[in-house]
Amino acid sequence: MVQKEYAGKVIELDDNGYFTNPDQWTKEMAKEMAKENGEELTDKHFEVLEFIRKKIKSGESLTIRSIGKSGITDIKGFYKLFPGAPLKKATLYAGVSKPSSCV
Amino acid sequence: MKKLLILGAGTGGTIMANKMRKVLERDEWEITIIDQFKTHYYQPGFLFIPFGFYTKQDVIKSKSDFIPIGVNFIQSKIDKVDGDNNKVILQDGEVLNYDFLVISTGVRIVPEETPGLKDKLWHKNVFDFYTIEGAMALAEFFKTWKGGELVLNIADNPIKCPVAPLEFVMFADAFFIDRGIRDKVNITFVTPMEGAFTKPRASKVLGGMLKEKNINVVPDFYLESVDNDKKVIRSYDEKEVPFDCLVTIPVHMGDSMVKRSGLGDDMNFVLTDKFHLNSTKFDNIFVIGDSANLPTSKAGSVVHFASEVVTENLMCAIEGRPLTAKFDGHSNCYIETGHGMGALIDFNYDTEPLPGSFPFPGIGPFGLLKETRMNHYGKLMFRWMYWHILLKGKEMPIPSEMYMAGKEV
Ligand SMILES: Cc1cc2nc3c(=O)[nH]c(=O)nc-3n(C[C@H](O)[C@H](O)[C@H](O)COP(=O)(O)OP(=O)(O)OC[C@H]3O[C@@H](n4cnc5c(N)ncnc54)[C@H](O)[C@@H]3O)c2cc1C
Repeated sequence: MVQKEYAGKVIELDDNGYFTNPDQWTKEMAKEMAKENGEELTDKHFEVLEFIRKKIKSGESLTIRSIGKSGITDIKGFYKLFPGAPLKKATLYAGVSKPSSCV
Repeated sequence: MKKLLILGAGTGGTIMANKMRKVLERDEWEITIIDQFKTHYYQPGFLFIPFGFYTKQDVIKSKSDFIPIGVNFIQSKIDKVDGDNNKVILQDGEVLNYDFLVISTGVRIVPEETPGLKDKLWHKNVFDFYTIEGAMALAEFFKTWKGGELVLNIADNPIKCPVAPLEFVMFADAFFIDRGIRDKVNITFVTPMEGAFTKPRASKVLGGMLKEKNINVVPDFYLESVDNDKKVIRSYDEKEVPFDCLVTIPVHMGDSMVKRSGLGDDMNFVLTDKFHLNSTKFDNIFVIGDSANLPTSKAGSVVHFASEVVTENLMCAIEGRPLTAKFDGHSNCYIETGHGMGALIDFNYDTEPLPGSFPFPGIGPFGLLKETRMNHYGKLMFRWMYWHILLKGKEMPIPSEMYMAGKEV
């Protein structure tokens, strides 16, 4: 467990840098996290992040495919929004735990 | 007469029919089970077919052999569930009423989700082994194959039996060594995950086994399409892996019946309470097996453990008591590693697979997360247990809750 300051608040993170308590999350924090990677978040990014938070809250499993079916963006678009490993990055910015979509 | 309906007579449905017939009074309860097919497939056996260890005859039996006396079997495709009115509608329009319902319609592979997958090379150079047809076509292909790039790709998660793809490549390694052409076969394991398996400690150990066997791993590869002309698979971020023989684990989805019934998520997995195993929408609908959207493996062992919870909770619901049984996500999988050796993993919602040994009354212990000959026998024994004990809903010598004895934390 590590602690880090985002948007003036001390946040508990797990060993991979993911929020341990999603309720601590704010949009400002997401912006700061993205900035650390030299990225700027747009409204489209936030639509995706909100979708992820809603899914996780309801206990549903989250996959890249379910984001592709969300109507917000297709999978290609998701890769463009969060280049590299989109699901890992998007869940990180969304303040939820690391996806374990696969069991 | 009150009515219990069971949708799907695969592993889960068959077990539930056997268990519930034992506990429900015959003069009060009518039990009916519905499936579109007559034949029961032992799906774990599909893994052995491409390598000629099993034939079709080894993995099929008639479904009716496992459905107990006093349970009606209807062979029909199910159109949908009307949960508001406690009705199930069959494909020909027939309507069945129920007091309680069990959904056990499983999941299936959907190669159509990926452009180019089910195209001109399908079952020529591109194979699945999650269906009997795919497994048999691959067995034919391997008989005369001279070698080249053998690529196994997992299109997406979740999949049935997440260890099966790993077993496949380890079997392939052993198989081509025995055939004397391992030096002509380059084996590559291409996965959307970060490593060989989903859970960190198991991933490390299993990844090590792959390395020892000279099997390449391409992680973080999320399949977009298959190019049949260039013979490459392509990811969404435009990485390419060439193949001569592609073994695919296509995208998995629940049956479209779930969607038509409004009971599922966007992959047609049934929305299920992960502890009580009932539908989150209707209290008189229970869910067992692969069709549920639970965060645990889609595996026969999970179905077995869950069946005890569903039986107890169904009885609670029928008698109007609060649901007392709670599922912990227990999963227990033998992993074939080739050359007559095997490994075993055991985990649940909260505990990842750990090394150590697994106490198995009367027979064990089995080594956890390591290769032993005993584990290989465990897997072979599983087929016998499946037909003779598991499907019939008899007691298995393993309790449904996971325990920590023997595990190295
Ligand atoms: C290659 C492979 C290897 C595996 N290895 C292992 C292993 O080693 N260990 C292990 O524990 N598990 C293993 N499994 C997984 C195991 O087979 C499944 O988890 C288990 O069979 C799931 O049971 P189920 O009842 O949920 O679904 P199923 O057994 O698939 O049954 C679903 C049934 O529902 C019927 N159905 C669906 N929709 C409809 C409809 N609309 N109308 C009528 N009928 C319908 C189908 O015809 C089917 O009979 C493996 C699976 C595969 C494919």
